[in-house]
Amino acid sequence: MTSSNGAHDAHGAPGTTADNADHPQGGGAPNPPQAPVAQPGESLAREAWRRLRHNRAAMASLILLVLMTIICIAGPWFLPWDLAEVDWNAFGVAPTLEGQHWLGTDANGRDLLTRTLYGGRVSLSVALVATLVSLVIGVLYGAISGYMGGRVDNLMMRFVDIMYSLPFMFLVILLMVVFGRNIFLIYAAIGAVEWLDMARIVRGQTLSLKRREFIEAAHALGVRDSKIVTRHLIPNSIGPVIIYVTLTVPKVILLESFLSFLGLGVQEPLTSWGVLISEGTSNMQGAPWMLIVPAAFLAVTLFCLNFLGDGLRDALDPRTR
Amino acid sequence: MLSYIAKRLAMAIPTLLIVITASFFLMRVAPGGPFDGERQLPPEIEANLMAAYHLDEPLPMQYLRYMGNLFQGDFGPSFKYKDFSVTDLIAQGFPVSLELGGLAIALALLLGIPMGVMAALKRNSTVDYLLMGTALGGIAVPNFVIAPLMALFFGVILGWLPVGGWNGGALPNLVLPVVALAIQQIAYIARMMRASMIEVLGSHFIRTARAKGLNERQVIWRHALRPAMLPVLSYLGPAIAGIITGSVVIEQIFGLPGIGRYFVQGALNRDYTLVMGTVVFYGVLIVLMNLIVDLLYSLFDPQIRYDD
Repeated sequence: MTSSNGAHDAHGAPGTTADNADHPQGGGAPNPPQAPVAQPGESLAREAWRRLRHNRAAMASLILLVLMTIICIAGPWFLPWDLAEVDWNAFGVAPTLEGQHWLGTDANGRDLLTRTLYGGRVSLSVALVATLVSLVIGVLYGAISGYMGGRVDNLMMRFVDIMYSLPFMFLVILLMVVFGRNIFLIYAAIGAVEWLDMARIVRGQTLSLKRREFIEAAHALGVRDSKIVTRHLIPNSIGPVIIYVTLTVPKVILLESFLSFLGLGVQEPLTSWGVLISEGTSNMQGAPWMLIVPAAFLAVTLFCLNFLGDGLRDALDPRTR
Repeated sequence: MLSYIAKRLAMAIPTLLIVITASFFLMRVAPGGPFDGERQLPPEIEANLMAAYHLDEPLPMQYLRYMGNLFQGDFGPSFKYKDFSVTDLIAQGFPVSLELGGLAIALALLLGIPMGVMAALKRNSTVDYLLMGTALGGIAVPNFVIAPLMALFFGVILGWLPVGGWNGGALPNLVLPVVALAIQQIAYIARMMRASMIEVLGSHFIRTARAKGLNERQVIWRHALRPAMLPVLSYLGPAIAGIITGSVVIEQIFGLPGIGRYFVQGALNRDYTLVMGTVVFYGVLIVLMNLIVDLLYSLFDPQIRYDD
């Protein structure tokens, strides 16, 4: 009875003690045995990867995502049709395996598979670049705010509050109006409004990290503030940041599609999944495949990203051990 | 409690002032103006129009005039919707958005919370996977895909419900847009509820409750549910403000006269006063919602008190 209680304790305890327990930093000295599966001296990244590999849904999603990316990048090279090429013999043809248009054509006779893959390039690259922009701004802003503390922190977080109270659509549209409808600026505009949560998360991390001994040691050694932020604070708050990034990617893809759906995204002849879905919606009754094909690509990608994000969170969160 | 509310509202005023000022000048910095349409206006007429709306004055003057009017509750006339003041537009559209959004949130809570609790109680079972898979579907398939598909299926193919239109808020017209709005919220709330319920069920006070011999139902209803709802509560503040100010996509797909479209159209048309109206309206709502959420916190978590 006692031993079973003990086992129960050991199982329930990480939820409360993990906050105080240090993560193993790098491959340093062997740690006292804590989690049943953790190997001594294993780095956080290695351990997370090992745990992620055991998550079948997350691994399947990862493979699917890699495949999706490869298909979107390389696919158009192997297809006989071009992005804006019109097949004068096939307007609004349904998907068929016999003809040349496996996923049908749109109302203008353009091959839907080709267009969907091109759209995927845009959607996926928006996801990558916009997430990167929001990551850089958010991490730097949050780390500086948390590290400086006091009045600077107050001021910087007040600014974040103000940004939160502005309607999101207003900001995005305004940025696009000011900078014009350039595709790179869409990336930047989305990134520039998505960094708020990231900044808050990193600030919270920094606030708790900066009281720790290794930061004090860096101070004592005379390391410059800027170096402490970039070399010590940011790398050590990477766990929650990665988790949040995996949540940001699907959000950004969705946002780009949403903007494109409203006619504010990329412009003809370039396309994205959002544009294709919007076109599909208006042709829904006569040509349902025009909606279903891009929507399916989008949904599969978002599904995989979410599964992968959940898996990463479980793998990185010490409390779920 | 009352003094806490007063303090919070007083703190919100500078934030709102900055938001209003920033959006006023940002909007004016953006290239283009409210009167460059497809048809080029003769210069005299344009000058007259500019004078009529005081757009010929220096920007700081315009700003002061706008703020002065705002303090008297006057949002000014809309540039694009002639003969309508911004107050009229919001007063006409908001009840529609409020009804849709309110019903959608109610539906989301009614379905999302039980879904999350059930999944948490049956963690890692088939029920859990089924519920969370469905929830993930609600997140992965955006509402601008779900809404047209629902309209096609229930409206066109089955003919059970009208495809669009407001019709004075008749129930059949409400069903599709409310469900389309709610799906994503149901998914978010269910996932959040599951995560926090799992955490709460692992905490010491639940073990104590079980140890003193309460049956499972009492443990859940009396002890676990309220603290587990805290994350959902803090999510709801901004979420409600966002949803009751309308969804441009849902309004566009179902042809509804809400205020969601003004956020987009106002900015695109450089309808300065309309944009400012929506920004102010949204900002006030966000402040109020966050305040209400913080006050509700003390109901859900006895550790939080707002006495002085």
